[in-house]
Amino acid sequence: MRSGTAFAQCTSYDLARMALRGLLTRTDLNPEVVDRIIMGSVVQNVKTPNVARDAALAAGIPKSVPAFTISMACISSNQAIASSTELIQGGHAKVVIAGGTECLSDVPILFQKKVREKLFKARKYKTPKEYLSVVKGLSPSDLLPDTPAIAEFSTGESMGESADRLAALYDVPREAQDAFAMYSHKAAARAQIEGFLSQITPAHLPPSFVPLYQDNGIRKDTSLDKLRTLKPAFHKPFGSVTAGNASFLTDGASAALLMSSSQANALGYVPKVTIRNYTFVAQDPGDELLLGPAYAIPRVLQASGLSLQDIDVFELHEAFAGQVLAVLEALRRNGDGSIPMDKLNAWGGSLSIGHPFGATGTRLLMHAADRLHHEDGKWGLIAACAAGGLGHAMLIERS
Amino acid sequence: MIQDYLDIEFHDATAVIWIDEQGSSVNRLNRRALSAFEEVLSELDSNDDISAAVFISRKPASFIVGADLNMLQALETKKEVRSLVRDGHRLTARLQTLRIPTVAAMHGPAMGGGLEMALACTYRLCTQHPATKFALPEVKLGLLPAIGGTQRLPRLIGLQEALGMMLTGKNVYPHKAKRIGLVNATTFHPGLLDAALSAAKGLVSGTLSSSRPPSGFGEKLLESTTLSRRLIYQKAESTVQRESKGNYPAPLKILDCVQTGLEEGIDSGLQMEESHFSDLVFTRESKALVRLFFSQQASSTNPFGEHARPINSVGLLGAGLMGGGIAQVSAEGGVNVRVKDLDLEHAAIAKKVTWENLSKRVEKRILSSFDRDVLMERIQPVAAYDALASADLVIEAVPEQLTLKHTVLLETEGAIDPGCIFASNTSSIPISQIAEQSLRPENVVGMHYFSPVPQMPLLEIVRTPHTSLDTLGTAYALGLMQGKTPIVVNDGPGFYTTRILALYMNEALLLLEEGARIDEVDRAMVQWGFPMGPFALFDLVGIDVGAKITEVMREQLPEFTHRTLKISNAASRLKDAGYSGQKSNLGFFSYPKTKGRGSKKEVNQTIYAFFGGPERASLSAAQIQERLGLIMVNEALYCLEEGILSNPTDGDIGAVFGLGFPPFRGGPFQYVDTETTPAIASRLARLRYQHGARFQAPALLTEMAVSDTRFYS
Repeated sequence: MRSGTAFAQCTSYDLARMALRGLLTRTDLNPEVVDRIIMGSVVQNVKTPNVARDAALAAGIPKSVPAFTISMACISSNQAIASSTELIQGGHAKVVIAGGTECLSDVPILFQKKVREKLFKARKYKTPKEYLSVVKGLSPSDLLPDTPAIAEFSTGESMGESADRLAALYDVPREAQDAFAMYSHKAAARAQIEGFLSQITPAHLPPSFVPLYQDNGIRKDTSLDKLRTLKPAFHKPFGSVTAGNASFLTDGASAALLMSSSQANALGYVPKVTIRNYTFVAQDPGDELLLGPAYAIPRVLQASGLSLQDIDVFELHEAFAGQVLAVLEALRRNGDGSIPMDKLNAWGGSLSIGHPFGATGTRLLMHAADRLHHEDGKWGLIAACAAGGLGHAMLIERS
Repeated sequence: MIQDYLDIEFHDATAVIWIDEQGSSVNRLNRRALSAFEEVLSELDSNDDISAAVFISRKPASFIVGADLNMLQALETKKEVRSLVRDGHRLTARLQTLRIPTVAAMHGPAMGGGLEMALACTYRLCTQHPATKFALPEVKLGLLPAIGGTQRLPRLIGLQEALGMMLTGKNVYPHKAKRIGLVNATTFHPGLLDAALSAAKGLVSGTLSSSRPPSGFGEKLLESTTLSRRLIYQKAESTVQRESKGNYPAPLKILDCVQTGLEEGIDSGLQMEESHFSDLVFTRESKALVRLFFSQQASSTNPFGEHARPINSVGLLGAGLMGGGIAQVSAEGGVNVRVKDLDLEHAAIAKKVTWENLSKRVEKRILSSFDRDVLMERIQPVAAYDALASADLVIEAVPEQLTLKHTVLLETEGAIDPGCIFASNTSSIPISQIAEQSLRPENVVGMHYFSPVPQMPLLEIVRTPHTSLDTLGTAYALGLMQGKTPIVVNDGPGFYTTRILALYMNEALLLLEEGARIDEVDRAMVQWGFPMGPFALFDLVGIDVGAKITEVMREQLPEFTHRTLKISNAASRLKDAGYSGQKSNLGFFSYPKTKGRGSKKEVNQTIYAFFGGPERASLSAAQIQERLGLIMVNEALYCLEEGILSNPTDGDIGAVFGLGFPPFRGGPFQYVDTETTPAIASRLARLRYQHGARFQAPALLTEMAVSDTRFYS
């Protein structure tokens, strides 16, 4: 859901517990067999730093099941899936639930560091005079809240600016970005109407508990004309990234059930897909902040002896239309080949469905898995970029 | 002697007295306890090495749960009771004036006499655990706190709070207990003894004081003078009169004890306690309430327990107010519930209803918002039958139509495991008729809940000749998990509760047809002790629902009972005219749109057109009560005679906890016992002569009347 809409009253904990419970209901999994819960989360609510644990307890996962939260920017839940795989491969767990949660409606708004220092000291104050000293030396502007921006900590550059620069570097014009954004929205709208987005577990929120079935970020009536009118959102006035061709702030959570094939057999489950290979990469967060997939994809393919032509289903995270197109262009320039548009994000992507940072990775995996079955394919490839110059790719095979 | 109740242990100069009644899972106050405490107090008084004492329970989850009712029941004369009360008074006075400070360290419930003992200690400490609670529930048994509770409690927590606790018997949880000064401090469970030991040391050294928090402005204003306190007494008395209709003697006696004690001194107050208590023990009201209490306790043992299968997941069909309530109590019992309705929107109403109920508890800080989340997540709305595949038991709460019940039965059986139980929450359709279409009739059972489910304690389990013991045991176990008081009855039209209620409601309609006034009938029955009158009840459950039940009963009951019953068709005529009660604001009463002061329901005069016009005759309350009360009682007797009920106890539990039959009358069978069988038989004979064969008493009663025998020994 777009942040500030249906989930405005929620925290990442609320979304996570609904996702976990939804998975238990959907799979009829006996929670007693779960060995670990791993969830990605980026913008934390300070009350639930290990949100995976709090949500697991509320969702009815036995208290004896350890849970931890992973933070790796936009590939947090990809890492959650990878960590689950490693736990299972290493024999440390048999059944793991991996997922992610993000509630960008609930961004922690802080006092500035200077005020925080003073308030920290004030914990021990007793007299009114001592309390007065908190205010002393502060100007009214010091009391302005400090809202975290989506910017790279080491460079200070906002993510949008970085995407703008990347698009320029790979000669991706504004028109192409708008066209891709429209493609994403149309694809998602079609998938929604056709009922392909069945991975969604309806949410029920107080006080009405009226079920929320559908993403509300998909603009099925968007057009190039409309997109063309939008002003650059970051690099002003000459940039090409607008609110229309960038992913929007989103609230959402996801969860996936992972186990070894022998365990699946033992419990009577039929796996959708098998995770075959994956990698994580990192580049200079200054120059190539969002180019990670262009490095990760060839690496994963090479390791499996496959090429882009062998892949039936691509699910690429769409942070920005310009960033996706730059990645595609980089792959081409690098001689890795091209990704056919009809195999890419056929049910929409982060631009249209939304991008709850910590939860997107699991969503990519589920779309890829369901599409493999729907499109009768064998190989699926997932890739995503993330703040910090991080990147990820994963190869899956239909079971 | 002492070791089978108390156990002393020394921690430096502090004596720790472990309370541990041997041979019982909880500590109760009885003769054995009193003499053990006497002995310990003598030791504490005489041993100069001891500088403080801590009282703590060895039981894992309770302090002292109250007086031993068996002991109380065994007392035969007022003199014996008085002597017992005096012993209790002497003990608590001794405890309070002991030369050393005392600490009550409480975990789990501290109820009745247990709390009164703690009140006599210098300092009270409790755990913050949700199981810890305090109450003086004597009033619920028609009694009063008789070891100084009426004296010490108002002095400790203020008059208004104390009256609130003693007149309602309500629970007070740790957070509030601390706030009102009932306890001096709270701590976590594992640290209870350590905290109590340091409290004891602090009291000895004077670094800790046991004074209560300063009273609030309101308390100071209202409770500081005799004159202002009189306002509170008057207010309390009028509330008691209004609530009890003069049917319950205990509350006024409690008020009298408190007032006497505060205005004339504690000794006069204690004397009043002794005298009133010894009167109350022998009242029919208290005897009825105590027996009900025992019956309810007995029903918490599953008679088919050995056959019960484990329950992890329950399916629920239909998510209205009823389904929502069942979902809530199931979640509270630790069971996962999948609620299916026409679609997800409808199914989600179960969550909504539960959330609204639980949120009230969160506001009162009885439940944490996290624990509410946990309960809420146990309730999952679903839209298809497949989602019920893993259920151990499915309860249907769909509208009352046999064809619809058959449809959902077959659809459910198509989705569930062969071992899954199908329970119907029907209130009127015989379970055998529903089971007719079942592939596995041995798995079909009735589970009849009462609205509002979270508040109404009764669960009427209905068995057919085919219902297996496994099914019964599992349904019973689920009822207990849901915190219900189950009874098991045999199948028949309206089972037990609906059948006796239907004839009662029918009689009310007949009265109206004869010219009675709606408000007079309702007032008479409220006066008799029902929580509401029959017409307000019609409006609440829905006249259409009433009509439906009458229809079912009309078809089946006469052949069943071989009697000519006069059944009013008014309910269906009203239904056809669009009267459905409170939900449409078209019923026997019209209801104000806004709640609040001055707004009350009024008789809907237009409805008299269905009952022979606006000309009304006045009937005496006694006439109304005689007809309505006895028609219900008589039908209960038939249910026992015909084997719908297997014993009178179930009949009493069912009527009181499911229908609101006046608790102080103890249920239909206790009522007959108190009035005596010959008296009831002759009153029924008179009614039969006046009003017809529907008042024909069953042979069972006639036989019992001849020999003047009773249902209970």
